[in-house]
Amino acid sequence: MIRRALALFLALIASPAAASEGIVAGMSQNRVSITANFDGSEILIYGAVKRDAPPPETPLEVIVTVEGPAMPVTIRKKDRVAGIWVNTEAVAVDAAPSFYAVATTGPLRSILSETEDLRHRISLPRVIRAVGAATEAGDTASFIEAMQRIRINEGRYRVLQGAVEFTEQTLFRADIVLPANLTEGEYRVRIFLTREGRVVDAQDRVIGVRKEGLERLLFNLSREAPWAYGLLALAMAAFAGWAASAGFRLIRT
Amino acid sequence: MRAKGAQPFGKTPLPHRAGPMQLYLPIAEVSVNAFLLLGLGGMVGFLSGMFGVGGGFLITPLLFFIGVPPAVAVATGANQVVASSVSGVLAQVRRKAVDFRMGTVLLVGGMAGSGAGIWVFQWMTRLGQVDLFVQLSYVLFLGLIGSMMLQESLRAWFRAQKGGPVRRSHVHTWVHGLPLKMKFRASGLYISVLPPLAVGALVGFLAAIMGVGGGFVMVPAMIYLLGMPTKVVVGTSLFQIIFVTAFTTFMHAVTSQTVDILLALLLILGGVIGAQIGTSVGVRLKAEQLRILLALLVLAVSVKIALDLLLRPTELYSVMPGVLP
Repeated sequence: MIRRALALFLALIASPAAASEGIVAGMSQNRVSITANFDGSEILIYGAVKRDAPPPETPLEVIVTVEGPAMPVTIRKKDRVAGIWVNTEAVAVDAAPSFYAVATTGPLRSILSETEDLRHRISLPRVIRAVGAATEAGDTASFIEAMQRIRINEGRYRVLQGAVEFTEQTLFRADIVLPANLTEGEYRVRIFLTREGRVVDAQDRVIGVRKEGLERLLFNLSREAPWAYGLLALAMAAFAGWAASAGFRLIRT
Repeated sequence: MRAKGAQPFGKTPLPHRAGPMQLYLPIAEVSVNAFLLLGLGGMVGFLSGMFGVGGGFLITPLLFFIGVPPAVAVATGANQVVASSVSGVLAQVRRKAVDFRMGTVLLVGGMAGSGAGIWVFQWMTRLGQVDLFVQLSYVLFLGLIGSMMLQESLRAWFRAQKGGPVRRSHVHTWVHGLPLKMKFRASGLYISVLPPLAVGALVGFLAAIMGVGGGFVMVPAMIYLLGMPTKVVVGTSLFQIIFVTAFTTFMHAVTSQTVDILLALLLILGGVIGAQIGTSVGVRLKAEQLRILLALLVLAVSVKIALDLLLRPTELYSVMPGVLP
């Protein structure tokens, strides 16, 4: 039995399908439920490199990205006009991810070439598409840079260079923390193997982030029956106001 | 495939920075501390019950500060103000300190004024400088009203300290010569309905432009322009704020769907209790003390906004979801 399994294993390893390297990956979860007490979630992305032949001398690198649903955003800049600070210029970005994390085994610049980055859109500047942006400003690049800076500070964008653990050029794992202010939607997980800046293999996964329970109920009501939702909000306010007044009168007498 | 949460190898996961009472808000889509919201609601409700101001001017920037998107903060803030105003009014009704007739007249004027205000607001939005316009009108009106009130109330307080002759509660001016006179018994006034209508319209206009209930402008206007007694002003102001903010809440819920009920619930729980405490503190204070405190609060908000405009911000850029208008 053991021998047969071993034979099968060896056959798999030594299969003649050329000296390619592939990803075998898994995730700790493929759905995230946003419930009332949701305060962030940690996703573990792990896996191994499947090989047909002994690896070449140059080391293999791993890049893991997690990307939230994209949305249009407007970036505004303040300037001093007649002594006061006012919004003067604005740039609209037609699709910026609401969340983006990129974890790597090393500095992105050295493990990924410009052309591959352009093709797969991996680094932060490549992910934010400013093409066709409606702009009122001359210098779009500095606006995009400012958005990156702001969103990195907010924890929405994360560049985690060296955060992927890579053991014996075979086993890898990356822990990605999803923040509490998560937007609903499909989160795309991508895993890349690179050697000398070239992408050797890539895999795509999806994590579904969804509101559940009370969150789902209230959100749906606000969209599907806004009249009822508005009246409910007012009834709640009026009742709470009356109850507090009645309660305090009871306490006093 | 491993079971959920299993660790294939290596380090253990980072501990969750779980607050004891974190709550995820379904519409705002942020996670906030429930006790923080209760405290915020309570503080604003306290001021509301004490001074008869709605508190929208305070709750909106505070919510914005803890990460709630501005549109949700404005709409949900209005919902909370409904609750604390109801709570405050009921407390005042027990003291017979609400002039319903005056409140209704102010409300009628307010509706007309806010209609005009919404129109001007849309016009300013098209010009693209609405934020600046709002902030400048805040600084201007709050600064003006605050300093006038502070000066007057301090003088009244010193006079009361010295025990000098008490000034008459109101003097007869040209206002009392206007037609369409009406008796406002709770306020002890017999004046034309035109000044209250005009005051209501002015406040409604400003409220629509500045995006607040307008209690801040309404309270001083009732005291100084209409000559109403300070004790009646608080309840009457709250009475008309209920209707203005209920209308605002409903419109936001239907048109922009930015009212977050869960957020509102926590703010309300704090707010209604705060309003009751505020009312009982308020009635214990002397009228001029109440006016001094309100004047200081108004001035503080005005100075804060002025500083925001004058000082160089640490971050020149801001990121907002959505496309250019």
